[in-house]
Amino acid sequence: MSKQLYLSSSPHIHSGDTTSKVMRAVLYSLLPACAVAVYFFGPAALTVLLIATLGCLATEVVCQRLMGQPVTIADGSAAITGVLLALNLPPSSPWWLTLLGAVIAIAIGKQVYGGLGSNPFNPALVARVVLLISFPVQMTTWSSPTPFGSGLDLVTTATPLGEWKNAVMLTGQMPPELQSGMVDYFLGNMAGCIGEVSALALLLGAGYLFYKRILTWHIPATFVGTVVLFSSVFWLASPDKYPNPLFHLLTGGLVLGAFYMATDMVTTPVSTKGMLFFGVGCGVLTVLIRLFGGYPEGVSFAILLMNAATPLIDRYTRPKTFGTSGQGATS
Amino acid sequence: MLAAILSLGCIGLVAAIALGLAAKKFAVEVDPRELAAMEVLPGANCGACGFPGCAGYAKALVAGTIDLNQCPPGGADVVAKLARILGVEASAAAREIAVVLCQGDNRKAQVKYQYLGLADCTAAQKIAGGPKACPGGCLGLASCQRACPFDAIEMTADGLAVISREKCTGCRKCLAVCPRNVIRMTPYESAIHVLCNSHDKGAMVRKYCQIGCIGCHICKKTIPGAYKVEDFLATVVYEQDEEAIEAIGKCPTKCIRDFSDGYPEGSKLLPVAADKPHAA
Amino acid sequence: MAQHIGAPAVASVEVGQSVAKGQEIGSAKGFVSVPVHAPTSGEVVAVESRPHPWGTSLPAVVIKPDGEDRWTADLQPGDPSALSVDDIVEKVRLAGVVGMGGAAFPAHVKMSPPPEKKISTLIFNGVECEPYLTADHRMMLEEPERILQGVALLKYVFGADRVVIGIEANKPDAIALLEKECAGAPVEILPLQVKYPQGAEKQLIAAVTGREVPSGGLPMDVGVAVHNVSTAAAVADAVLFGRPLIERVCTVTGPAIREPKNLRIRIGTPLSHLVEVCGGLTEDPGKIVLGGPMMGFTQLGFDVPATRGTSGLLLLRDEDVDRQEEGPCIRCSRCVQACPMHLLPTTIAAYSRRDLLAEASEYCAMDCIECGSCSYVCPATIPLVQAIRYGKAAILAKKRNS
Repeated sequence: MSKQLYLSSSPHIHSGDTTSKVMRAVLYSLLPACAVAVYFFGPAALTVLLIATLGCLATEVVCQRLMGQPVTIADGSAAITGVLLALNLPPSSPWWLTLLGAVIAIAIGKQVYGGLGSNPFNPALVARVVLLISFPVQMTTWSSPTPFGSGLDLVTTATPLGEWKNAVMLTGQMPPELQSGMVDYFLGNMAGCIGEVSALALLLGAGYLFYKRILTWHIPATFVGTVVLFSSVFWLASPDKYPNPLFHLLTGGLVLGAFYMATDMVTTPVSTKGMLFFGVGCGVLTVLIRLFGGYPEGVSFAILLMNAATPLIDRYTRPKTFGTSGQGATS
Repeated sequence: MLAAILSLGCIGLVAAIALGLAAKKFAVEVDPRELAAMEVLPGANCGACGFPGCAGYAKALVAGTIDLNQCPPGGADVVAKLARILGVEASAAAREIAVVLCQGDNRKAQVKYQYLGLADCTAAQKIAGGPKACPGGCLGLASCQRACPFDAIEMTADGLAVISREKCTGCRKCLAVCPRNVIRMTPYESAIHVLCNSHDKGAMVRKYCQIGCIGCHICKKTIPGAYKVEDFLATVVYEQDEEAIEAIGKCPTKCIRDFSDGYPEGSKLLPVAADKPHAA
Repeated sequence: MAQHIGAPAVASVEVGQSVAKGQEIGSAKGFVSVPVHAPTSGEVVAVESRPHPWGTSLPAVVIKPDGEDRWTADLQPGDPSALSVDDIVEKVRLAGVVGMGGAAFPAHVKMSPPPEKKISTLIFNGVECEPYLTADHRMMLEEPERILQGVALLKYVFGADRVVIGIEANKPDAIALLEKECAGAPVEILPLQVKYPQGAEKQLIAAVTGREVPSGGLPMDVGVAVHNVSTAAAVADAVLFGRPLIERVCTVTGPAIREPKNLRIRIGTPLSHLVEVCGGLTEDPGKIVLGGPMMGFTQLGFDVPATRGTSGLLLLRDEDVDRQEEGPCIRCSRCVQACPMHLLPTTIAAYSRRDLLAEASEYCAMDCIECGSCSYVCPATIPLVQAIRYGKAAILAKKRNS
């Protein structure tokens, strides 16, 4: 035989699914949310998206060059971080804020730990939280959605969750009109971060990921389910003060968080049991922060806290090895 | 403001006192000689002494249960210092270093097949005896490099392990991980080696390697005492290699190497030493 | 001579000697060992080391066939009703019968469980052990009588109450045929879910009985014995006709072969001959795999012989060979979901690669059955199985040394 054969250890076939394919699918799935954002917030949103994505890619290249590692931006993971970061920023973010976020996400959120697969926290959320704490004014200046808006005449307003928190702090009562705009909330016609406004678009993308089997139901279902159950308790106890579960579900970053941020593979548990636990933990923390914390929104903090708990969860939720469950020896 | 300063100060004071007391109360008695020995030892925790780390060795030294020349990385220097600390006489063992007895990189030696999979020599060796056609040649998957605690092993671009004479401390970790036994311990003083590890007959060797020993005996005929040939493979007799250098030019496949004169092709270690010890 | 797991047989013939088909040419050494027999009649032309599918050269007897294919005279047909259990086991051992699924574990060892282990359930594995392979399916379709004779014999040997033949549900023809043949007999035909590795012993037992073989244990620990359907046929041949195991069914397939076929082959046939019979190659192959795609061994060439464990010959083209470079683990947990043994492959592999053997065994590295599912699904194309296998070998070596 003229040419040399390949020899390797078994198995000799592969599913063909690769990391970059997975990443690309996630990127595609975020397109509807991006489109809706641009529709409601105009060129401002597009600018944030572009700056964040390019910023992340550039930071990744610089970091990997500095560390003498092969540059791996082609795998798409930095691009995802960029898009997710943009979706977690207000549409009116100034360019320097976005860029800073991108640098923080990749450099501090990911590369210092050793790059893809080694970061304990979701990089995009690390950046969002750092920005939120460092630049509270810019990070909580919300523009009202204006379909096909020019983006120039920004009207500042508050997010539904922010309105609720302000009202409760001032009067101890919830303004009833807050709960009347559910359809708008679902479609995305509300103030908020670029990507969190439209539950519809996010769910469309998530559906695609489910279809591609990249997403499993465990974390999103337990996360959302826990928020609904837990917030129902408060709502039923005091419907005048606390918003109903649907409000929790559709406003703020819950859908974005539950389907995209809390499902980041790297920073979540690997076992099924662990994922369920992770989702429940996120849900409980989210509701607690929303209802009793200083910030109106708690999804990102909840996810980051649970990220920190992931190694612990992994340790205690190891799947039972086949043959150790005790249903064996019957004879 | 004042209250804050005072309260913080008080907390600090209380904590400091508590820590101080705890340190006193729970202090662990350590033989000062053990600490001194730890200071002197290289601290690489390489395990060449047979203990899990330098601390274990230091403890055993003070207890007197082990010789103090068991630390090859430390060399004569450390032995002398340890002897002073422990108040005993001792002489260092002769310094030995590891050498990769192969020059057959991916350009000079044939492979049987293209290996796909785990970049580890032991794992590759399990698949049809390793990709390299030569049964003794360096597989080039850098298992030894990863095992070296002293960063003394370099992989050339063409996939050959080369060990630095200066950085190697003789801890033998690389010997343990090499599935082909191509790394040997040699006296530091001997810089001349036959860089081949194949016991196949000359005709076989020629088929798969341009630079392997073919067992032609020319080196042995040139300097009879300095070389021996066993099973079609020549080796340097390290005890009497003073004149071994004379045979280098005679070797038809150029597999005898003077390391003080440079390392195998492709290595970034010492290109050519300015002053050759053997040239005098 | 290395035809099975356990001590290889030792050649008992000399160069120049003429042998008859079925004559013993290698004698067994040790309990976990079986003799080897001449696959045809002819002259011994060499007794030397030859390339073996395991990748190295091992002792072999080379026979030049005389074309007569003449059986040896001393075959001893047996009457099952007159034989004791021990007689049957001995006949099986002498015939060199091994597990035909692929691992080639001597059958007589499996047939002699210690007396305190009562085998209540006997399972026959008609589940193809790996994708691509269809040898067992073919056996069931073409030789149900032989299989069922073996089934009856093994039932007698084990004294089992329940006898099950497990077949994948996507082979309705085999299920229907065996159901017809078994009508009235105390044998269940159980259609099983089609998934890999359903044919693995422990998974099959769990699917059929709901019992899990304890970690580190054997099927007999849960009162079960598993035999391949082809093994049953070989047992029937050995006991009823005294015929040794000299042939088997082998699937020759893959994108690089012209006419994929199931062949009944003599043990020892060079692979090149199998390729020839199947119309040759469509192109130079990229990988030659002996066995299945998930657990088979790659080969250096076609000059090695088929052995008793050769269930398949798979020829892959260059473009079928996955050459993706491995990336970092992204903790996607697909390997965890895929592992039939409920392990954490990525964790074990990471520990194994760093030689952290205590940690690797703490995560049950030794329970890995090396089915290949984790490597198959890994999007980072990490050689998980190879790393775990490496770790397992190191753990075993360490145990042996201490």
